[in-house]
Amino acid sequence: MLEALTPLGLTEPQTVTIGRFTIIERGDVALASLATRRTRQADVSACAAKAGIPLPAPGRHATGTLAAFWLAPQMWMIEVPFAQADIRADLLAIFGDAASITEQTDAWVRFDLSAPDLIPLLERLSNFDLGRATEGTATRSVIDHLGCYLIKHGPCDITLYGPRSSAQTLHHALSVAANSLL
Amino acid sequence: MTQTNRIQGGQIDRSQSLRFHFDGQPYLGHPGDTLASALLANGVRLMGRSFKYHRPRGVISAGSEEPNALVELRSGARQEPNTRATVAELFDGLSARSQNRWPSLRFDAMAINDRFSNFLTAGFYYKTFMWPAAFWEKLYEPIIRRAAGLGSLSRLEDPDTYDKGFLHCDLLIIGAGPAGLQAALTAGRSGARVILADEDFRMGGRLNAETLALGDQSGADWAAGAVAELASLANVRLLARTTILGAFDHGIYSAVERVSDHLAQPLPGRPRQTLWRIYSQRALLTAGATERPIPFENNDRPGVMLAGALRAYANRWGVAVGQRVAVFTNNDDGLRTARDLAAKGVDVVAVIDPREGGDLLPGIRHLRGAEVVDCAGRLGLTSITIRDAKGRLETLACDALGTSGGWNPNLNIASHHRSQPAWSEALAAFIPGQGGPLGLTSAGAAAGLFSTHACLVSGDASARAALESLGFTATAQALPQAEDAPVAIKPHWYVHSGKGRAWVDPQNDVTIKDIKLAHQENFAGIEHLKRYTTLGMGTDQGKTGNVIGLAVMAELTGQSIPQTGTTTYRPPYTPVALGALAGRGRGQDFKPKRLTPSHKWATEQGAVFVEVGYWLRSQWLPRAGETTWRQSVDREVLQTRKSVGICDVTTLGKIDIQGTDAGAFLDRVYANTFSTLAIGKCRYGLMLREDGMVFDDGTTARMGEHEYIMTTTTANAVNVFRHLEFCRQCLWPDLDVQLISTTEAWAQYSVAGPNARKLLQKLVDQDISNVAFPFMAAGEITVQGTRARLFRISFSGELAFEIAMPTSYGDALIRALVAAGQEFDVVVYGTETLGVLRIEKGHVAGNELNGQSTALNMGLGKMVSTKKDAIGTALSRRVGLTRDTGLRLVGVKPVDPDNSMQAGSHFLKTGAAATALNDDGWLTSTVYSPHLGHYIALGYLKNGTARIGERMRVVNLLNQTEVAVEIVSPHFIDPTGERLRA
Repeated sequence: MLEALTPLGLTEPQTVTIGRFTIIERGDVALASLATRRTRQADVSACAAKAGIPLPAPGRHATGTLAAFWLAPQMWMIEVPFAQADIRADLLAIFGDAASITEQTDAWVRFDLSAPDLIPLLERLSNFDLGRATEGTATRSVIDHLGCYLIKHGPCDITLYGPRSSAQTLHHALSVAANSLL
Repeated sequence: MTQTNRIQGGQIDRSQSLRFHFDGQPYLGHPGDTLASALLANGVRLMGRSFKYHRPRGVISAGSEEPNALVELRSGARQEPNTRATVAELFDGLSARSQNRWPSLRFDAMAINDRFSNFLTAGFYYKTFMWPAAFWEKLYEPIIRRAAGLGSLSRLEDPDTYDKGFLHCDLLIIGAGPAGLQAALTAGRSGARVILADEDFRMGGRLNAETLALGDQSGADWAAGAVAELASLANVRLLARTTILGAFDHGIYSAVERVSDHLAQPLPGRPRQTLWRIYSQRALLTAGATERPIPFENNDRPGVMLAGALRAYANRWGVAVGQRVAVFTNNDDGLRTARDLAAKGVDVVAVIDPREGGDLLPGIRHLRGAEVVDCAGRLGLTSITIRDAKGRLETLACDALGTSGGWNPNLNIASHHRSQPAWSEALAAFIPGQGGPLGLTSAGAAAGLFSTHACLVSGDASARAALESLGFTATAQALPQAEDAPVAIKPHWYVHSGKGRAWVDPQNDVTIKDIKLAHQENFAGIEHLKRYTTLGMGTDQGKTGNVIGLAVMAELTGQSIPQTGTTTYRPPYTPVALGALAGRGRGQDFKPKRLTPSHKWATEQGAVFVEVGYWLRSQWLPRAGETTWRQSVDREVLQTRKSVGICDVTTLGKIDIQGTDAGAFLDRVYANTFSTLAIGKCRYGLMLREDGMVFDDGTTARMGEHEYIMTTTTANAVNVFRHLEFCRQCLWPDLDVQLISTTEAWAQYSVAGPNARKLLQKLVDQDISNVAFPFMAAGEITVQGTRARLFRISFSGELAFEIAMPTSYGDALIRALVAAGQEFDVVVYGTETLGVLRIEKGHVAGNELNGQSTALNMGLGKMVSTKKDAIGTALSRRVGLTRDTGLRLVGVKPVDPDNSMQAGSHFLKTGAAATALNDDGWLTSTVYSPHLGHYIALGYLKNGTARIGERMRVVNLLNQTEVAVEIVSPHFIDPTGERLRA
């Protein structure tokens, strides 16, 4: 039986606390992109509504039976608890040929960040205006030259998706920024 | 040394003493001092030497505009040259040295230059050192370089770290003087997000340097109260020690915050400085104004200062620069200096005022219609010579002179988008013009409003206007009563009399004479003047001297000052350390790393890694006893061809292409056809640019009716994806195609060699025999129950597969492959072996895909389909690209098998001279082939296909090498492809 490693290269996800900042590597969420096929918006909307899958507006993240955030026009990333995934097969069963679905689980590293105030950390990493962003904001940004997605769940709670191959670089950047605020 | 010049008052903490050294001498100062104020308090006026003539220099200002008092701060790796003593915050243990002098500051041998000033005038380096020409590089330039320059670098690595960051606000306020503080109060009380930045460590601007009252408070106390209130507002961010460096597009401003410069060394983990990128909805420039001097003969002597600076040192820092002080002013603001100093008990020997008539200062010798014409004191001012209204000369003993020629609004930031400043006759100064950065307005002295009352009113009004344009409700604030004196100035740009030199730019030793010379030699345009004389090209960028220089030029040309114009204002406003621009991006953190799925395993094996973009790939994997890379690579190559080898090819770009028009889309982006590809098969594809040159290559597999997986080269993974998105969104939006990169999602390994199938079959759950999984097959499989993909493709020419699994299983897969391959003595190979194998097979790669080559050049002309149109097809058929005599890919081997060849060498016929006319092409890739036992190469040769068997030379003029070669087929092994179909 082959054993999977986390993006940080270990068998179990890592949690690091630096001062008031906690960086949690998440390994329990599967991802797939969902892109509407041409002229099939109504079908995709109907299928999503029936399944309780949100298809949030640009710049937004939403949670229903599954969670999703916006990637591009008529394109979303679907988040599924890992334990119940074969995510692509599950989504194909819901959307059929109305959408193009691509598994993205292993393309990303996910870090959940928490702290009483995350602005000092984020302002050293990204041009994301966390102070102005409302809960449920999802945006693409660049951290340390790496294209990332940032999702604001609450004032103290952010999800960060970055390219998996650079997981260590990204974690290093987060750690250095947190250490500079001790 | 005692602080002989310290007087009462000021905003320093006298309860604490700070020890510091200047040129090895110990001194004492107090918290709140700058290095300059502390030196002046200790009676030190001589702080530096000028750039060219090495003339003695003392401080002239009390701010960031300082051209003279430049020192080397700190020592060892933290040594920092050209630091302005006027903004260096004093800390205990500070160590500073004067610079640009030898052997000492008081006696500088290079001051001999001053004796030759007639030869070292403006533009002297354009006129001299012309011959002999050979002397320039070896003699003249080294001497000039050694003689020039100011501070020195330690050449040690900076031990400190620097951060970068991003800030957001509704209103950015640049400068925390009365206008900026009032604007921040107005905006902060409205609830808007406000950033107030000031380069000083104490906010308040000139309020800290004046004795003027605001309401019933001193200016400094009012400022302190305002800062305290602002600090209590959660929506206001105060950035002291922060200089706004420049205005950029869309309301973005750059700023450097000197987080730790006021400490001996940064606190653990903290940066020395932080470079902020500030995103603002609106910005308000309240950066105040800078005083300018009045040049007269020998006005560069230590002790000759700006009048406002003399006042600032007395009022803010409790320092009387001299015991006997004179003031030379053409405006009423200069009179304040005389009044304030006299009130503090300083002996004001005279106020020299070139303006005729008007009131006289009570109790002070106020000479109307007079001017200072000369001064004395080589290392420090001892006397000035004045000429009174009747033309009589008089020498006055004094050790400090404050000059004031008026004030220039600090409009730099407002002018960063090429806005032309507007001239104000009333102020005799430029004020911000129209067309500056969008969303930026100016207030207070930066806008030419010099009274305290006007600063407060304009700060309040400007903040309200900015906020109301953003939809905030901002109410007018009750403002404290403040002085509202009008500006009273009569322009007096320089003293005309005297044959000596009068300095305009004291750092770069630019004098009135130099400007006249530039005019005489027709460098009269203001940009020419700057470059010919170096006026304003020093670290201070001419903040005190530029307007004087252009006024002098205006006088010479007979034009008005606004007609003469200003030079271009550019960021940064003040010098910024390169470390701050780099941030944390240095050394190992210069760029991110992309690690392949086998990285952990490869590290354990002692692999040698190579950077490929951000990727770290195994270059080769040495084994015990191997002492050279060639030994490792030769082993990897031979063992792969003999048995089986594994290579991590995850770095190849992977793009998931779906949609009912996916096949049609591929037909348009690839030169060859893909819509006819059977499900479960893959095909080599060639992608052209619009101009017909080859853009990229790779294999694309059809995994379903409307589902393809494209692979790209590692180098072009991003470029191809971007290109496909452009095609999809802009060229053919009517096609039903969806794209997403899956490069990161899959770990992919090439398994190549005669035993590749046997090895893989041990792990793959499905039948992968040649019948079940023939050459160019592709499909979904499982490996020990876990989903995977398999492609029957070969880059090496051997029987080969590429197996892919979700990246999380990449580490497990390489270990499983190696374990399963033990019985075959499997090797894992790196990029070097990858290169050898592909060159032996004659496959093109980056060296051949050079952006200037066509499919025909590569021997792939038949891949450009004639049955359909695709990007680049039409232009690939241009006559110039399809001639038989054009370049063709060939194989090359040395006639003498012991000879090596170098890529980049050029083909020449035997006996032909090595000239461009005789050039027949070049070697693109060369390697040693352990399989063949000699070097081999690929190259582009004119009419190459027809020249197989011809003997030629390959010549490398750079390395002075020449090798006799034979042109052969580019397919050195298995030209019929039997191995890969086995």
